[in-house]
Amino acid sequence: MDNIKKLTKMKLFLPIFSMLLVMMINVIYDIASGNPPFGFFSISINNGILYGRLIDVLNRGSEVAILAIGMTLVVSASAGTDISVGSVMSLSGGLCCMLLAGYGVTNVSEYAVPLWAGMFAGIAIACVCGLFNGFLVAYMNIQPMVATLILWSAGRAIGLLLCNSNIVYVRVPSFQFFGAYCGIIPTPILIAAVCVAVASIVLKSTALGTYIQSVGINKKASRISGFNSAKIILLCYVICGLCAGIAGLVATCRIYSADTNNIGLNMELDAILAVALGGNSLGGGKFNLAGSIIGAYTIQAITTTLYALGVSSAQAPVFKAIVVILIVVIQSQPVKDYFKKLSAKKAGAKEAA
Amino acid sequence: MDSNIVLSAKGICMTFPGVKALQNVDFNLRKGEIRALMGENGAGKSTLIKCLTGVNKFEAGEIHLDGISGPVVNRDTLDAQRKGISTVYQEVNLCPNLSVAENLFIGREPMTKFHTVNRRKMNEMAAKLMKDLDLDVDVTQNLEEYSLALQQMIAIARAVDMDCKVLILDEPTSSLDDNEVAKLFVMMRRLREKGVGIMFVTHFLEQVYEVCDGITVLRNGTLVGEYTIDELPRVKLVAAMMGKDFDDLASIKQEGSGDKSKEPLVIDAKGLSHAGTIKPFDLEIHKGEVIGLTGLLGSGRSELARAIYGADRAQTGTLKVKGKEVSIKNPIDAMNLGMGLLPDDRKAEGIIGDLSVRENIILAMQAKQGIFKKIPMSKQIEIADKFIEMLQIKTASRETLIKQLSGGNQQKAILARWLATNPDFLILDEPTRGIDIGTKTEIQKLVLKLADEGKSVMFISSEIEEMLRTCNRMAVLRDGAKVGEISGDDLTQEGVMKAIAGGGK
Repeated sequence: MDNIKKLTKMKLFLPIFSMLLVMMINVIYDIASGNPPFGFFSISINNGILYGRLIDVLNRGSEVAILAIGMTLVVSASAGTDISVGSVMSLSGGLCCMLLAGYGVTNVSEYAVPLWAGMFAGIAIACVCGLFNGFLVAYMNIQPMVATLILWSAGRAIGLLLCNSNIVYVRVPSFQFFGAYCGIIPTPILIAAVCVAVASIVLKSTALGTYIQSVGINKKASRISGFNSAKIILLCYVICGLCAGIAGLVATCRIYSADTNNIGLNMELDAILAVALGGNSLGGGKFNLAGSIIGAYTIQAITTTLYALGVSSAQAPVFKAIVVILIVVIQSQPVKDYFKKLSAKKAGAKEAA
Repeated sequence: MDSNIVLSAKGICMTFPGVKALQNVDFNLRKGEIRALMGENGAGKSTLIKCLTGVNKFEAGEIHLDGISGPVVNRDTLDAQRKGISTVYQEVNLCPNLSVAENLFIGREPMTKFHTVNRRKMNEMAAKLMKDLDLDVDVTQNLEEYSLALQQMIAIARAVDMDCKVLILDEPTSSLDDNEVAKLFVMMRRLREKGVGIMFVTHFLEQVYEVCDGITVLRNGTLVGEYTIDELPRVKLVAAMMGKDFDDLASIKQEGSGDKSKEPLVIDAKGLSHAGTIKPFDLEIHKGEVIGLTGLLGSGRSELARAIYGADRAQTGTLKVKGKEVSIKNPIDAMNLGMGLLPDDRKAEGIIGDLSVRENIILAMQAKQGIFKKIPMSKQIEIADKFIEMLQIKTASRETLIKQLSGGNQQKAILARWLATNPDFLILDEPTRGIDIGTKTEIQKLVLKLADEGKSVMFISSEIEEMLRTCNRMAVLRDGAKVGEISGDDLTQEGVMKAIAGGGK
């Protein structure tokens, strides 16, 4: 009993619980439909690559997981969200492909510039976008949602302009590699893993985490105590831009083309949701990166589950919404208070007995 | 009940967790009287107002209102308004994007028979109301078109029109210029003629003597007394507000610690200023010296300190630290020069509420080290434990969130934050506000100990006694300007109060 109590008090309990809940749905469905009960978890190697629903979740969830890193920091430091990340993903992919293919060319099988240059440019422009957002929020004191609304609408359009309103295909294996497989493992999983690892190492080994949380909790007090609050907020937005750039390239490499109209579409919402599902307050302050990452994969697990259940892509958002509502309500304060009261009552009854 | 009395509160008691905010406070207001409610911060003025207007539920005591038999219980501010108590706050609580007439009649608009707002009638009524009060206002214009003073007067007009018998003006003049204040006073006098009882809260002594008939003074949640304006000249008022709490600390100050003027200069400010908060001032502070800043609230004490520290960037003048001319853009620049600032608003600028005591203590030290040199956890624990022990911070553990600590212990933790950086010049802005007498003594002793160690301290406090015990020298501020310095034999309660009150001694 005490162990259970300890478990439920852990910070990551609810995010993990939500994820398990989604997995349970799979198990129940599989049992109901006569499939092996743990089909969701089975991993096999077909044609030399890993195969299975779990792998699919990890693979498809890479972009949101990468975005969630930056979004977590932005939410913590500025108590606002960066809604431009989806659009910036598209811009980053668009610029990269445009450089690799050459302006106006829509289909190439050879690079116009070296691969690293194209990728570097894609990530660099995303960082510039982050810098722009961060400047507006930190130095111009514009509300984060309004400030990032600019690039939310303009980013994708600039990407489209760069690609001359075409879908630019880059049919070169070394480009496709980043969206395909590295040995038996999907490359996006590795990229996401590296991003998460780097982020956690940086947060562990530097005082960045303390800086960001301190600024997010009390900007004025942080300034008096010697933090440059504006700079910290700016930095968070640049990191968020960087993450959007990496996620954009992953999404682009997956389809080895710059489909600027669709890359990263609505992904900012998934990223924000991931942060919230991770048990982080969107009001800023304390953050839990691991929670956000789990949140990101939970969202993907929901989507994958729905497709596995045979829900059509048109209906999927409805069911997704229902599941999200459930998870958010479970984590909400009134429900937490209710359970606290309930357990207090139980404890009281025990004592009385 | 005296038929002339419109509002009478008797024996009001109110407790907040750990603080007796009001103890047995009486307040009487006559018809056609302007009565100032005076007291330093934490004296209980706002709490009393909140009790009268139904925001706070007081624990004991009664409120009587003229024309209502039996004690009055206000459920909320709306209820209080219906019974005739209206409040106008420093910030105007009206809608700037609605017209003056709409603001005047919001929630009680005259209706046509089709149940729509009768705009013509509303505008007529509004115009008449404005004319009655001698205000030159086009009622169809949006409220935001008018100056803050006029907006405030419109707010007052709204209150008066709602049949108010008691008008509470909570620091209405703090954001007005002299001209606007004069206009407001004209209006207040007109209302006095109409028989409205006005409670006037302000920090400006001049204004009290210009417009008020009586003064009620609160201190530390208790009533000091109710006076007529003639009974209480300035110096006596200041004395009544600040109190003469002699306590067991009187002997703290050691002999021979007086003159430090031969020591090298640590701070040498010439003509520093920050627009709107502090007018240009010169100030020299020597090594090992404790300098006090005194003056009433809002006189620019904190603002002077903030201009030196870079919390509000100084816009004019030069600052020399240890003989070298420096430019301080941000607090971190000041910190790197060996300064520290304990701000007066502990909650807004001191604590990082959701971080632990440990994190709060190492915060400034970490900021000085920079982002890439994280203080190792073992060192953090060592430092935190050292200061928790040294300052006897009462906390469940070093990992307890600082917001869960009591005010005094939060203050100690913030003090620890600065002591951890080992500053040469520490600014303490109201370090003893709202904390118990024992902790006050400890903080005062600590200040003297720091000075002994050759560090300079700037000490700001509303309690003169406390400053007399700790300071070698005091700078006096009034209305946002440094007006003088007191040292040596003039450092007495009387000398300081005279200097604070200034003007008509």
